[in-house]
Amino acid sequence: MGKIEWAMWANEQALASGLILLTGGIVGVAGQFRDWQFAAYAVAAGVFVCLLEYPRGKRNKGTSVERTGQYCFTVCVKSFGPLTRNYYVRAFIHAGICVPGGFMLATILGCVCLGIASLIYLAAAIRGEHWEPILPRKDSARKPVADSINRPPQNPPPRPPAEMRRKRAEDLEGAAYVNPIPVTANE
Amino acid sequence: MGNWIINHGLTYFILVVWMAINTFLFVWFYFLYDLGDRFIYTRHILGSALSWARAPAAVLNFNCMLILLPVCRNLLSLIRGSFMCCGRTIRKQLDKNISFHKLVAYMIALMTAVHIIAHLVNAERYYNSRHGDYDELSTALSNLGDTANTTYLNPIRSLSTTPILLVFTSIAGLTGVVITLALILMITSSMEVIRRSYFEVFWFTHHLFIVFFAGLVFHGAGRIVRGQTATDPPHDPKHCDDEVDEWGMEENCPIPQFAGGFPQTWMWVIGPMVLYVCERLLRFVRYLQSVQYRKIVIRPSKVLELQLMKNGFKMDVGQYVFLNCPSISQLEWHPFTMTSAPEEDFFSVHIRSAGDWTQKLISVVEQLPAGAQGPKMSVDGPFGTASEDVFDYEVAMLVGAGIGVTPFASVLKSIWYKSKESNPKLSTRKIYFYWLCRETHAFEWFADLLQVLEREMEERGMGDFLTYKLFLTGWDQSQATHVMVHADKDTDVITGLKQKTNYGRPNWDKEFEQVRAENPTSVVGTFLCGPAALASVLAKKCVKYTDVDPRKTKFYFNQENF
Repeated sequence: MGKIEWAMWANEQALASGLILLTGGIVGVAGQFRDWQFAAYAVAAGVFVCLLEYPRGKRNKGTSVERTGQYCFTVCVKSFGPLTRNYYVRAFIHAGICVPGGFMLATILGCVCLGIASLIYLAAAIRGEHWEPILPRKDSARKPVADSINRPPQNPPPRPPAEMRRKRAEDLEGAAYVNPIPVTANE
Repeated sequence: MGNWIINHGLTYFILVVWMAINTFLFVWFYFLYDLGDRFIYTRHILGSALSWARAPAAVLNFNCMLILLPVCRNLLSLIRGSFMCCGRTIRKQLDKNISFHKLVAYMIALMTAVHIIAHLVNAERYYNSRHGDYDELSTALSNLGDTANTTYLNPIRSLSTTPILLVFTSIAGLTGVVITLALILMITSSMEVIRRSYFEVFWFTHHLFIVFFAGLVFHGAGRIVRGQTATDPPHDPKHCDDEVDEWGMEENCPIPQFAGGFPQTWMWVIGPMVLYVCERLLRFVRYLQSVQYRKIVIRPSKVLELQLMKNGFKMDVGQYVFLNCPSISQLEWHPFTMTSAPEEDFFSVHIRSAGDWTQKLISVVEQLPAGAQGPKMSVDGPFGTASEDVFDYEVAMLVGAGIGVTPFASVLKSIWYKSKESNPKLSTRKIYFYWLCRETHAFEWFADLLQVLEREMEERGMGDFLTYKLFLTGWDQSQATHVMVHADKDTDVITGLKQKTNYGRPNWDKEFEQVRAENPTSVVGTFLCGPAALASVLAKKCVKYTDVDPRKTKFYFNQENF
């Protein structure tokens, strides 16, 4: 199991937990359960976790697959710098967020799932992983075109005068040339 | 439209049947709990949330039964074998077992969500009823069971029990939380990203299914969903519900009695669980059987060829085995397609360095002295996939992309042996083989095989039997120049084969047209081992070029994947 980047799995788990927290919170609020305030908190917490976890980080090795439309989220998350880059911080944030969910039945599942995600992030942080944004590659693959394309040559290339270039009938041997690429008939 | 039916009809029919059963179960159990007289009092407290919890439970029973079946590899191979008589369309469905497994898993996840939400509402309503928040009848019902000789309806027995406490002190609640957690962990680690890149995480986490099934079987043991039982004289809720104070005192309204339903989940899942246990036992037995090395060859580009022998091992063309090497990893089994033909007395695999396990194996083998036996190896299998069907088709189009060319090594060798022996089982008259790869690096061994076959076929005057085209999709300018300069040579500069290498991707329309033109009345089987994108292209072409007229060319598409 040497090459596993735990952060990838932690990210999936955390995103799922965010959705579960959100769903539990909506049920709690809509059903006007007792302690619905925890459910209302869970709605907000769920949305926050989803926004934080939606942009996938760049993998150390191999191709990173983006989630659909994650670019704007990437930019937002990137702007928090070390707070979102460091996985220790994420582990503690998730651990903190999940606690109030444990006080109400509707949100307890989200709480436990987020706690597990927090533990996996901790494992990732201990192994030295960190979050890198996936940014679109700058298009440097095309060969840069020189500036002279805007200024075509004014004169024809230098060549000896026409007299010298004409093939002479006296010297057929000297006038003939050999094709560098062998020419064969089309089969 | 007709083409679509020929190529996809049975798959969608099976899906429709499956959805129909799901829908039927949902609706049936919904109305059982919504209209049944036994549950009039239960519904009085819980409302329709009772039915919304029980209906998905029935669908969950059905799907948890189904989910283990598509992953019983040996069972599927057995079914495949016994259907050899019954047409390839049925056998083709068995190729899609993992897709079905995933579909059933999505249904389980969806129904779990509905089930949990409904029970959240139920727990809340039971709690409120216990605390007298609802009407007099509700409070009276909840109070039942507090004294002797009465059975309770409301599982919240004391005023201090919160919904959370109810969940963690009841069997149903506790098992429910545990199995839901197991399910969530299984699902997040099965996401494509994790599965493709960190297979071990997926594989080990997926074993949480043991926890899942254990909890599932006991989930109903607490009998927490309660309905009214018969009393003498009978208590009719429709008459007695407005005379709560008279219960027990009036003749026609004795105190109502309740009991929970008999747990049924185990009846649904016990069969597949037993089958799966047998499956794993078989794997363990195979692990213990001894495997000898006949030959170990290190091929160019660090490809390892292992020729192995095992007592009683019988293979078919294009099958694969799982290899386990305890000295590298006790628990990991890795699949490899076999590259030898069934006619040979050994079986071989070609292993490329593609990850931790393969790299370690190659380095262990490289350090062995010549002629020594390799590290202890266990073999599970063989397991069959689409390539077994190749000989049934008059004309076969084989497309191998990159590493996907491996099963076709077995096919081509077997064809060669069969044609040498004039085996009557070989209905194939013509084979078109398309080999696509970015570069021939790591596949020189396959080019060698093609060279040998090419030579032998020419010697026997069967040059027409096999037509192969190679496509190098990763050419660059220097290669193109090199080829231009040597364009006159008889054999190809890259592979040394008589057939010239083509550059870039094949034009499938042209290829299918050519096959159709050369075989106007045949059934053509198209076999692909390669990426999913190519599969959808080929599947579409098969549908496009198939004639509905049964006398004309028909293309069937088969796909292997790992």
